Amino acid sequence: MLGLGRYYAQRVLDPTLRAPRPETAEARDITRHATTRADGSHELTLAVDGLQCGACVWLIESVLAREPEVLEGRVNLTTRRLHLVWRGAAPRANTFVESIEGLGYRLVPFSAEALAASQDKTGRALLRALAVAGFAAGNVMLLSIGVWAGAELATRDLLHWVSALIAMPAIAYAGRPFFRSAWSALRHGRTNMDVPISIGVVLVTGMSLVQTMQGAEDAYFDSACALLFFLLIGRLLDHRARGQARATAEQLLMLRAADVAVVSEEGRVQRRGQESVVPGDRVLVGMGERIGVDGVVERGASLLDASLVTGESLPVPAGHGATVFAGTLNLGEPLTVRATATGGGTLLAECVRLIEAAEARRSRFVVLADRVARRYAPAVHVTALTTFLWWYLVAGVPVTTALLTASAVLIITCPCALALAVPVVQVIATGRLFRSGMLLKSPTALERLADVDTVVFDKTGTLTEPALALERGPGFDEQALKVAASLAVVSRHPLARSLVTAAGPVAMAEGAVEVPGQGVRAGEIRLGSWDFALDGRVKPGHDGGGEDGPELWLARPGVAPVRFGFVETLRADADVAVERLRALGLEVCLLSGDRESSVAVVAQALGIGAWQAEKTPTQKVAAVEALVASGRKVLVVGDGLNDGPSLAAATVSASPTSAADISQTVADMVFQGAKLAPVASVIETARRARSVMRQNLALSIGYNLLMVPLAVAGFVTPWLAAAAMSSSSLVVMLNSFRLRGRAA
Amino acid sequence: MNVILYLLGLGVLLGAGGLTVFLWALRSGQYDDMDGAANRILFDDEK
Repeated sequence: MLGLGRYYAQRVLDPTLRAPRPETAEARDITRHATTRADGSHELTLAVDGLQCGACVWLIESVLAREPEVLEGRVNLTTRRLHLVWRGAAPRANTFVESIEGLGYRLVPFSAEALAASQDKTGRALLRALAVAGFAAGNVMLLSIGVWAGAELATRDLLHWVSALIAMPAIAYAGRPFFRSAWSALRHGRTNMDVPISIGVVLVTGMSLVQTMQGAEDAYFDSACALLFFLLIGRLLDHRARGQARATAEQLLMLRAADVAVVSEEGRVQRRGQESVVPGDRVLVGMGERIGVDGVVERGASLLDASLVTGESLPVPAGHGATVFAGTLNLGEPLTVRATATGGGTLLAECVRLIEAAEARRSRFVVLADRVARRYAPAVHVTALTTFLWWYLVAGVPVTTALLTASAVLIITCPCALALAVPVVQVIATGRLFRSGMLLKSPTALERLADVDTVVFDKTGTLTEPALALERGPGFDEQALKVAASLAVVSRHPLARSLVTAAGPVAMAEGAVEVPGQGVRAGEIRLGSWDFALDGRVKPGHDGGGEDGPELWLARPGVAPVRFGFVETLRADADVAVERLRALGLEVCLLSGDRESSVAVVAQALGIGAWQAEKTPTQKVAAVEALVASGRKVLVVGDGLNDGPSLAAATVSASPTSAADISQTVADMVFQGAKLAPVASVIETARRARSVMRQNLALSIGYNLLMVPLAVAGFVTPWLAAAAMSSSSLVVMLNSFRLRGRAA
Repeated sequence: MNVILYLLGLGVLLGAGGLTVFLWALRSGQYDDMDGAANRILFDDEK
């Protein structure tokens, strides 16, 4: 046996997280993405969805270890990826993947290109540069303490020479990220913060070398190394904060990578990549498969879950001649679809394009640090140049002394604290939000969230629970529910699932079979629509006030039929969350693709005055864009594929983890759990983070205003430069850590 | 006073040794999965 006891012993689950997916929705062939290695074995990397803790890693690896063909099956918990190497036939991978998906995880294969794009080379290079700079800074600083303590003549020269030997190769290596960025900026006739940094570091190192050769008193090797060390910390933190942006691009690629079963004229089925299907092809869509093309149904009748596309929570029937869209999930019988639009022409691709266009517009948002840096860099150049010219031409000192003073100005003004001021706050705030179940994906989201003044909610799945809930009125028949659930377990229909959830664990009824699109039958017992369950009997008007919500009927021989009604329930804390948002001074709106009657009910329950119903994705985007154009800063919270474009058009956006993959991909922030409260608390955190960022910037600029006159006047000695630089960086970091201490 | 030469050399060598070890650890993938390693130590190997 697997030893599941051990799994449960090691499991550390966060109860608010969504459970690993209990069933796999899509059947597919992943062999296409595998690569064959030189020794004939195959290799595949998959993203694992649903990993929660080390026990999941153990479980997956133990299952794979049981397969004799698997040479390597290793899960990386940090990147949430499974690396699989096996010998034998390539399609064996499908079996391995199925057995893992059977455990409740969802696997998405990486194509070779996506994998190459996702390897974090820059992060590693930065970490290496940081290690080298740290080593050099530590050692040179120790040597410098000897100099400052009063070493003289030969000893001082010796210490300077050793410092030079350590510092120069280290600076040449660790400074490359800055030199490269400065060079490319200069070549395009622009300037950025890396230009004064690079000039400063090179000038200071060169001047210190000249000083050392002349046996002079002052050398600034320690400052140059420490400067690079602190700047690299900021750069690495900044890179980490941006890491999620890459993941977004990856996921978009994955969504497109699903393949399609094409039926040839002779009736043979062939699985192909989506890009090689053309309009006119006949496509077979199995049960539980996502439709890969837009088209018209030629054969078969089934139920389609279009929630990803339209946001409609109930499945819609589709028969001969019905138009279907890419991205909808087939819940029933296999369908044959004649493709009318493929690849870039599908509605899904259209949505992706709308999203990309909207995101491009949003990427013009300039973060606070860049806005400051843009004004700051030229000021630094001018000050340093003026200092040099004044000392050399007016005061008439030797050129080396004038250059040394100018480089002291550059060192002092180098934005060490400035470069740390924002990334440190970002990493701390993001980490804090992460621990409370909010994943901030975009590095600039924090600043945009702080500006928000309007919140636009989607209804289905956002303000309401993602699943419909069984209505338990007075005189509810629990016994009938058990019977109904024992039939419902065989179906994928959302109503059947919600029935099973409400009933708790039940055994499957003997001989239960699903009649696609209609219901479930087990001998004489039937569960489904009225027409199916009670076969032709005239439906009486039931006495529930005439509402015609989603319902299921259970028919048993000799017993009166039982009705199960389903209602959309608001998320448990929807009213509290909306109230908290209002208390923060935000305006709350509701924008939905659903029917007017059901939207009105929700809007009324939450006291939302500004609501609109029956909006298409394009209309939603237009509405959001109109708000943005009128100067509002809009936060859109939504979960369907139809919300994707408006999520992207908003100033900033959020999605629950129950959302369609694509909305989660687009949203700046994903929140976990069944509650809406995170939306309010994330805005509070963002506002506090923004004020800490501003304090940090004020601190570091204040320090510069204080020190620059000293540097210009030539009073800054090496030890003063080193001490001032380190202390300002430390003050900024300590100030940022205040964000961590306070309760949410 | 010549002893300082040895001490300086020794200090730099020790530092460089530490740096080398770190770079080796980075290259051999020991920083690739920071969260997994902490859990892996608890697994019993059956193989």
